[in-house]
Amino acid sequence: MIKLNNIHKSYDMGSSKLHVLKGIDLEIEQGEFVSIMGSSGSGKSTLLNILGMLDNYDEGSYLLANKLIANMSEKKAAQLRNDMVGFVFQSFNLISFKNAMENVALPLYYKGVNRKKRNAIALEYLEKLGLKEWAEHMPNEMSGGQKQRVAIARALISNPKIILADEPTGALDTSTSYEVMDILKEINDAGITVIIVTHEHDIAAMTQKVVRLKDGRIDEIIRNGELREFRHTYNKELVTA
Amino acid sequence: MFDLDLWKEILSALKQNRMRSFMTAFGVFWGIFMLIIMSGAGRALENGVMEGVKAFATNSAFFWTERTSKPYEGFQRGRRWIYNNQDIEYIRQSVKEIEYLSPRLFGWQQNGDNTIRGERTGAFNIYGDYPDYFKIDGWTPVKGRLMNEIDVLQKRKVCVIGERVEEVMFDKDEDPIGQYLKISGVYFQVVGVIHPETRINIGGGKKEETIIIPFSTMQTAYNYGDEIHFFSVTANQGTSVSSLEEKLKRILKERHKIAPDDMQAIGSFNIEAEFKKFSMLFLGIQALTWIVGIGTLLAGVIGVSNIMLVIIKERTQEIGIQRAIGATPGKIMLHIIAESVFLTVMAGYIGLSLGVALLEVLNQILLAAGDEVFFRNPEVNLTMALSALAVLVFSGAFAGFIPARRAIKIKPIDALRDES
Repeated sequence: MIKLNNIHKSYDMGSSKLHVLKGIDLEIEQGEFVSIMGSSGSGKSTLLNILGMLDNYDEGSYLLANKLIANMSEKKAAQLRNDMVGFVFQSFNLISFKNAMENVALPLYYKGVNRKKRNAIALEYLEKLGLKEWAEHMPNEMSGGQKQRVAIARALISNPKIILADEPTGALDTSTSYEVMDILKEINDAGITVIIVTHEHDIAAMTQKVVRLKDGRIDEIIRNGELREFRHTYNKELVTA
Repeated sequence: MFDLDLWKEILSALKQNRMRSFMTAFGVFWGIFMLIIMSGAGRALENGVMEGVKAFATNSAFFWTERTSKPYEGFQRGRRWIYNNQDIEYIRQSVKEIEYLSPRLFGWQQNGDNTIRGERTGAFNIYGDYPDYFKIDGWTPVKGRLMNEIDVLQKRKVCVIGERVEEVMFDKDEDPIGQYLKISGVYFQVVGVIHPETRINIGGGKKEETIIIPFSTMQTAYNYGDEIHFFSVTANQGTSVSSLEEKLKRILKERHKIAPDDMQAIGSFNIEAEFKKFSMLFLGIQALTWIVGIGTLLAGVIGVSNIMLVIIKERTQEIGIQRAIGATPGKIMLHIIAESVFLTVMAGYIGLSLGVALLEVLNQILLAAGDEVFFRNPEVNLTMALSALAVLVFSGAFAGFIPARRAIKIKPIDALRDES
């Protein structure tokens, strides 16, 4: 599904260059539930942005569904994003002057679906996430958990193959975080690849595969079976810290 | 192609910051408003002045005499002289470019009331004229008739009077036609009451206070001999009245032994030249109106553009989200330009409407004020309004274009990161 081969990425910081990704090789299969971890500055958000075609890479190759993603026009990238990828953000990023239903329906608007139809579909998705009664509410009338669920509904509405979530629980309390993770798990069970960036170990522990980044390289990949072990090292890290 | 979501977004974006939207729109509003008002006022002045002169023969020139300013052929400078019947005869015979020629005598007004009828007296401007004069400076008879050739030929003691003369010398419900007025000691029968069609006034005083009598009668009855105080000419079709004026001056100087280079001895006035000055003046006013109006409008448009830039900056994150969930750059750009055009056109339309409304109110006031103002019918024509609208749409698009370009240059990733 996703095949990264020796991805390099650096940012121009005026005079100096910041080398963020220093050769990432990563394969993610259809239907996997993956978390990307790492301390701040390790390049995890950059990696997610490249995966989501929000950013270009400098070197290497990125194959998404056997299609090379490189040098695309903004228009092409936008259409591909719309078709393939759903985004969930830490700060929800709902549009403040649109109600929940309109926010969810927005990707379909960009696809050119007519208003009546896309609002009906949006309502369906809101219902799935238990927010049907909130369809007419504005984002500022909803709790963080509700907002994130709206955002997830929005990510799902265009039937993406991949959900990319950047710190989806970063702004939520623990119980709400777990609710959101449950939802993501359900989505994953339906066959959609879910990739989340997080720095919370308990959140990462709920995924099938943890990719740990360190200084722009993949430090280790922990698979489902080894998660118990991972918890153990995580606890040890906590004790030593 | 009505996109409800696009309009909803535009309206909510503008509503989010009412004050700022209002101030921005005000710049454009004011620009268009000023353009309309100034243009209307300029047009009104033009209409007012042109209305006052339209019945006046534009190819006419007028001549009177002044003291000479140069010694010539034994005459000293400062000599007084005067036209005579032989001059007119000679000009009629030898100058073929003339269409109408109308000599005139001025009656005296200086010794107070010169017109008497029973108990009533009045001081009026008395002129001795030829009927041709009415073809140069238009008058219409309100009652009775104008003066005609036979009056002149038979030296009839008849007169036509202005409306003010009728008011002073007759009762309200009295018919002046056939009545007699004693003008400077001689009785004249009133044959018409006349109304001036133009505001150009030769000889001073109010036009309504005019009494016109046949030229020949005046010359004979008041002992003017063969003197002529003044004459008017109009040029034939195809002849420039300015060249005719020069030619006549040359002939008159020769006949009255005046130095050819004496610029002062013949007083003259040429409507054609005045008209040219007028039309240049109005052209200038219109040009100035557009320059100032467009300048003000431009300032407003730059304001819109500036505000749009700020809006883009504020909405960087929102644009980022839209890009992330599949909005194409074209769609974002369309949105911003549409917002800008909408703001500009709305503001401009209000400015246009209020401007036209104000002109209309002004027009009503002017109509109520009557004839006495040189300011008439302020108006904005359709072409003007349409071109203003076109300028608005264009400038709105222009104002939106730069911020839109800026917006699509933002990478979605930068836009999303902007918040943190």
